[in-house]
Amino acid sequence: MESKDLDERRARAPLSVSARAIFEHKGCGSAGGSGKASCGSSMAPADMAPGVWEKIKNHPCYSEEAHHHYARMHVAVAPACNIQCNYCNRKYDCANESRPGVVSERLTPEQAARKTLAVASAIPQMTVLGIAGPGDPLANPEKTFKTFELIAREAPDIKLCLSTNGLALPDYVDRIKDLNVDHVTITINMVDPDIGARIYPWIYYQHKRHTGRDAAQILHERQMQGLEMLTERGILCKVNSVMIPGVNDRHLVEVNKAVKSRGAFLHNIMPLISAPEHGTVFGLTGVRGPTAQELKALQDRCEGQMNMMRHCRQCRADAVGLLGEDRSSEFTTEKVMESELAYDGAARRAYQAAVEDKRNEKLAAKEAELESLRGRGADIAILVAVATKGEGRVNEHFGHAKEFQIYEVSALGAKFVGHRRVDLYCEGGYGEEDTLPTIIRALNDCTAVLVAKIGGCPQATLKQAGIEPVDSCAHEFIDAAAIAYYKTYIDRVEKGEITHLPKGDAAIRQGAYVAA
Amino acid sequence: MPYKIISSQCTACSACEPECPNNAIREKNGTYIIKPEKCTECIGYFDDPQCVAVCPVENTCVVDSSVARYQA
Repeated sequence: MESKDLDERRARAPLSVSARAIFEHKGCGSAGGSGKASCGSSMAPADMAPGVWEKIKNHPCYSEEAHHHYARMHVAVAPACNIQCNYCNRKYDCANESRPGVVSERLTPEQAARKTLAVASAIPQMTVLGIAGPGDPLANPEKTFKTFELIAREAPDIKLCLSTNGLALPDYVDRIKDLNVDHVTITINMVDPDIGARIYPWIYYQHKRHTGRDAAQILHERQMQGLEMLTERGILCKVNSVMIPGVNDRHLVEVNKAVKSRGAFLHNIMPLISAPEHGTVFGLTGVRGPTAQELKALQDRCEGQMNMMRHCRQCRADAVGLLGEDRSSEFTTEKVMESELAYDGAARRAYQAAVEDKRNEKLAAKEAELESLRGRGADIAILVAVATKGEGRVNEHFGHAKEFQIYEVSALGAKFVGHRRVDLYCEGGYGEEDTLPTIIRALNDCTAVLVAKIGGCPQATLKQAGIEPVDSCAHEFIDAAAIAYYKTYIDRVEKGEITHLPKGDAAIRQGAYVAA
Repeated sequence: MPYKIISSQCTACSACEPECPNNAIREKNGTYIIKPEKCTECIGYFDDPQCVAVCPVENTCVVDSSVARYQA
């Protein structure tokens, strides 16, 4: 306990001016709404211990800012699981489906290591290797740790992380520490076993299947113990929670407090993905996922307590690439095993140095726009959707966007608050009229959509739905473009050209892609 | 009577393999099988058959009544 208190004091200790300058320089601005930054964990890095920032600044899952620039990959070496969750169906696999627990093929540790090197060579901004299943990494400890050992030997610059339900975590914390696994994610959906009994039908623990409240009680105790052990050893811990309306949606505020007090660094509240065709208990019994505004309201409520992650894409256990893109089909086992491998650490470092320059450029553009915003638009906040394919720029066509990033813009600046996956509007150059209504439902709470380009027909439909299509900021940096749009918006409101009206709610897409 | 795995139900998650106290389970052609002559129904080791307890798909590890019961 003493070391934890010490860590907390360290984390709260004020930073020197020079340290602040370093953070700003590294592209993680401390400006933004309510003292929060647009930085990754949406945390002002001025509040962050320097060692922590070093650990997360290139980690797309731990830093929102980094996720525009750096990529991750998951290797599916861990098929076994030790618990059953009502939102998961292990029999399901669909190529168009992007959910945790879904993979196309499983790998041996040797195949996984080779795949990691192949991807690291082809995608120099790939900085993180994670094991996230498709079962639980710690229910497959030999495969998981063997994979980490092989990769650490060949490519020591790649960060290792894993994601677990926590049941077996206390047994493996020391091994995790020994292997320099810097980041561990625990999925914690409850701290009350009565609620847990509605989420977990059973767990397998110490050679016995436990059910009901008993199962949830054991799982809860093991999760809390594992989290505390990680904190004591200085391993960064992110907590994932699935928001299940009617089951744990209100309760997650309690979960947030419990994990914060035990030293979790970041809390990621994700929407339940639930559809009958997934064959999950929740899908089959009609438990729905939350709406976009229900999710945002809960995330906003917890944000005062600790850093919230809002850029999670709930990706597959074999995903490759930037968050929101999946290049795993380029790296099938067959292709990887045939390919000539040349791991070039120097080339990767050079590429990543160039990425850092871009991050700095992006920060400078944002600061310049913020400066001109000062003192304007006092109580107006709007949501703006952005079509981007990376690098933090508005650089995707409306019709090619598989997701839109959502920014909340106010007098305090632009803040990333989420993303909405959509089906491709444009396939083979022709707009798909059926998909436009679903895109509008996904963006219904947004005032505008910033795109690199957009066709005449969807423009008209968007305007009709009260969403302004904007292509004048093509290829500009997102933060700067969003703030610039906001200025023109409040200009027009002040001149009486438009009336600022509150927007409605939006839908979070549940099923597989219609057009992949 | 030993246990058997209904292969059409098996997700090949491998969870049962390391739990079997008799090393009776192995992968074969993309699914897992139990060697009937090695299976003891976990009698003498655990209260419950471990493959049944850990399997994520209900009614996949089931008693094979076509084979005689294990004699301890």
